[in-house]
Amino acid sequence: MNVFAVTYFAFLIIASSFAAFQQRRGPFMILFSLTLASFVLAIVGGTSALRSVAVGAGLLAFAASIAYCFREFLVIIMPTGIARELRTAPLTAAFGLFVIFTYAIAGIFAPWIAPYGESEIISSAFAPADENMLLGADQLGRDMFSRIVYGARNSVGLALVATVSAFFMGALGGLLAATKGGWFDQFLGRAADVIMSIPSLIFALLMLSIFGPRIIVIIIAVAIIYAPRVFRLTRAVAGNVVVMDYIEAAKLRGERTWYLIRKEILPNSTAPLVAEFGLEFCFVFLLVAGLSFLGLGIQPPTADWGSMVRENATLISFGDLTPLIPAAAIALLTVAVNFVVDWMLFRSSGLKE
Amino acid sequence: MPKAKRALLEISGLKVEGNTGEEWVDIVKGVHLTLRRGEVMGLIGESGAGKSTIGAAAMGYARDGTRISDGSIDFDGIELTTASEGEKRALRGSRIAYVAQSAAASFNPAHRIIDQHTEAPLHYRIKKRLEAQEDAMDLYERLRLPNPREIGFRYPHQVSGGQLQRAMTAMAMACRPDLIIFDEPTTALDVTTQIEVLAAIRDIVDQFDTAAIYITHDLAVVAQMADTIKVLLRGREVEEAPTQEMLDGPKEDYTKSLWAVRSFRRPQKSRPNGSEPLVSVRNVDAAYTGGVKVLDQVSFEIYKGMTVAVVGESGSGKSTAARVITGLLPPTAGEVLFGGDPLPPNYRNRSRDQLRQVQMIYQMADTALNPKVRVNEIIGRPAQFYSGLHGVKLKHRVDELLDLIELEPSRFYDRYPPELSGGQKQRIGIARALAADPTFIICDEVTSALDQLVAEGILKLLDRLQEDLDLSYMFITHDLATVRSIADEVVVMRNGLVVEQGGKEEMFRPPHHPYTDLLLSSVPEMDSNWLTTLLEERGVDNIGDAATV
Repeated sequence: MNVFAVTYFAFLIIASSFAAFQQRRGPFMILFSLTLASFVLAIVGGTSALRSVAVGAGLLAFAASIAYCFREFLVIIMPTGIARELRTAPLTAAFGLFVIFTYAIAGIFAPWIAPYGESEIISSAFAPADENMLLGADQLGRDMFSRIVYGARNSVGLALVATVSAFFMGALGGLLAATKGGWFDQFLGRAADVIMSIPSLIFALLMLSIFGPRIIVIIIAVAIIYAPRVFRLTRAVAGNVVVMDYIEAAKLRGERTWYLIRKEILPNSTAPLVAEFGLEFCFVFLLVAGLSFLGLGIQPPTADWGSMVRENATLISFGDLTPLIPAAAIALLTVAVNFVVDWMLFRSSGLKE
Repeated sequence: MPKAKRALLEISGLKVEGNTGEEWVDIVKGVHLTLRRGEVMGLIGESGAGKSTIGAAAMGYARDGTRISDGSIDFDGIELTTASEGEKRALRGSRIAYVAQSAAASFNPAHRIIDQHTEAPLHYRIKKRLEAQEDAMDLYERLRLPNPREIGFRYPHQVSGGQLQRAMTAMAMACRPDLIIFDEPTTALDVTTQIEVLAAIRDIVDQFDTAAIYITHDLAVVAQMADTIKVLLRGREVEEAPTQEMLDGPKEDYTKSLWAVRSFRRPQKSRPNGSEPLVSVRNVDAAYTGGVKVLDQVSFEIYKGMTVAVVGESGSGKSTAARVITGLLPPTAGEVLFGGDPLPPNYRNRSRDQLRQVQMIYQMADTALNPKVRVNEIIGRPAQFYSGLHGVKLKHRVDELLDLIELEPSRFYDRYPPELSGGQKQRIGIARALAADPTFIICDEVTSALDQLVAEGILKLLDRLQEDLDLSYMFITHDLATVRSIADEVVVMRNGLVVEQGGKEEMFRPPHHPYTDLLLSSVPEMDSNWLTTLLEERGVDNIGDAATV
């Protein structure tokens, strides 16, 4: 037994006794199960296995404490109404908010945060990390860290614009279809079916090879692909609102469609739409990353996480983790957004407990 | 009933708390209750009095967001507050059963009635499937359901509401429980259907010597069913006494006010001489898509400043008549005149002024007010829309309207509908109709979702507004007590036909049309022998078919 193992177990046992003493059942069960599992692991895998468990648990604990602090921070700075909602947010949602917040800062202030330009060659190809380069260099000798920071602006920005356009088209169509009904509803519905029947990646590839891989084409193609889903959801949600008596009262008053949509229907369908926005954003983001990986998305030398994975892919056969860093950035954002969306879905569905 | 029997259910000092999202507040504040075998206790009170919460607690159950915080619930020697989930589950369905308010919502639409009926006895291995089915048919027969051997094999949507409610009572009896909790079992039913269910419940409770808790807000109903009555107010007991004693001489002021609630009467006004009717519906036929005719040659007239009540069971076409007048459902034949001029059949083709003149107040204030819009905007919008008011003038108008409906402007101006009580919401609905400055208002069952005291307040308000603003009302209702209090003329409808119409006084005086007679005699009265007498008069055999006479 070495010092590490002894401290590790001592810490766990003291922590679980403390939790038990405080009558906190949940934390106690987590800590003590971890202790028992570690016993088994230490016997089977030795100290190295124990070390990886410790690192994993430490990272989780670290993420949890950051999330906890960030939630407290938001509760204090936000106005009362939002603060009350935030206080009930689970830690996962707080963690998601924190990650999104970090990405937003990185994206907005990219030129100030990144030590080098996104296409600036400063070193030899695949140079390892040193005191100048936090994460080493890529295949052309550009700073990996700077490119990740710029990538937050390019990839996330593009996905955001595409999702917003998809939502604008889909939600407007859905609201109009639900309010107007009749042939207009049928027409939009069948049009949406036609678009949905084409496989999305093939449709995007087709559009991009016809019109060339320009940013505007990517945005329009992605918006067209995702608009029908938003359309269907909005139409279903608005359909439940349209049958309410207050809509009938407004119609009998002689209100126009636009007033009905804006004042009566939209405020009552925002919750599921916001949740859907988060989900669609993830899909769009992954699609854009996938297109970049195929070489049809954002074009070099612009930094983009999807193409960065592709460009550095050769390194993986040498056991280097560099290509996984932009992939991890994509994964982290997706998970974070989903955490927040889960919380919103939970709130809007009213499935308390 | 022998009182020497040992208590079956003994609740003492029961406290239940509900979570408001912020903190726990008391819903039930220390209630005692003793129930012996074969005894029926009526719990009455307004909504929010904690009746249903006590009913659920009698099964050891606390709804989501509530918890039993203090007191004891002793069911036949078993302490339910400390019993494990498993022990409680073993009691529910077998020894304690529950009949919910809406049978239509409580049956699973995907399974046959009899399969749902036999689920509990099969689960507890009390009976084999065939035995259980045989027993179900026997119960259906005792509850006087038509075709008792066949009806169980239908799906819930294939039988009527009253039959479903009886089937649910039969289901509660499936394991011959010691205690049944009836939670407003007839509130959602028409008066004529209500009688069948009441008679069935009373018989079955008598036959099997079952104890029951009967929860309702209708005093006349509880008078027929219960041996003792307990009055609740905001989670506290007001008083408890044997039914007859309670009916003859309530002690507490609150109980007296409940008893006096149906006293509001307005003398009948007669038609103004020589004037044109304000609204006249002439030989209207209407059908929904699918071709089913729901209105057949309907004609009636509404004069200025008068209230015409349109009465009938659900499905009689009374709401459809309102939809034809508002223009939501263009008639297939006939026409609607307003002030002597024909109204365009479809509301889309009506002028803004025509739309303004006819306003509507809805039954469910919850769905009639947009939950995401503030009160001032809900009321202010029609004023802005029709009269072009804005800024300070609009605010004055909204304040004036809030004053009219007896709600304090400073307190309600900025509120959202979900923050208001049922009665307050209904008042906002009235204010929205008034904001358009109409001459004619259609009230679609405006009081049927409200407690009696609150409903009475709304009726008085509507009456006062009629005097002050010279309004005409079309009052759609199935509640004859409401008709008696507010109407000048009555139109009785059935299956899309107008059966009888005339002044209120003559309608309530015999001789009646047989259907009107059935409706009138079905309204429960505050006499504990009313149901018995009525059943004797009608003959036991045809109660089950009363509604289909």
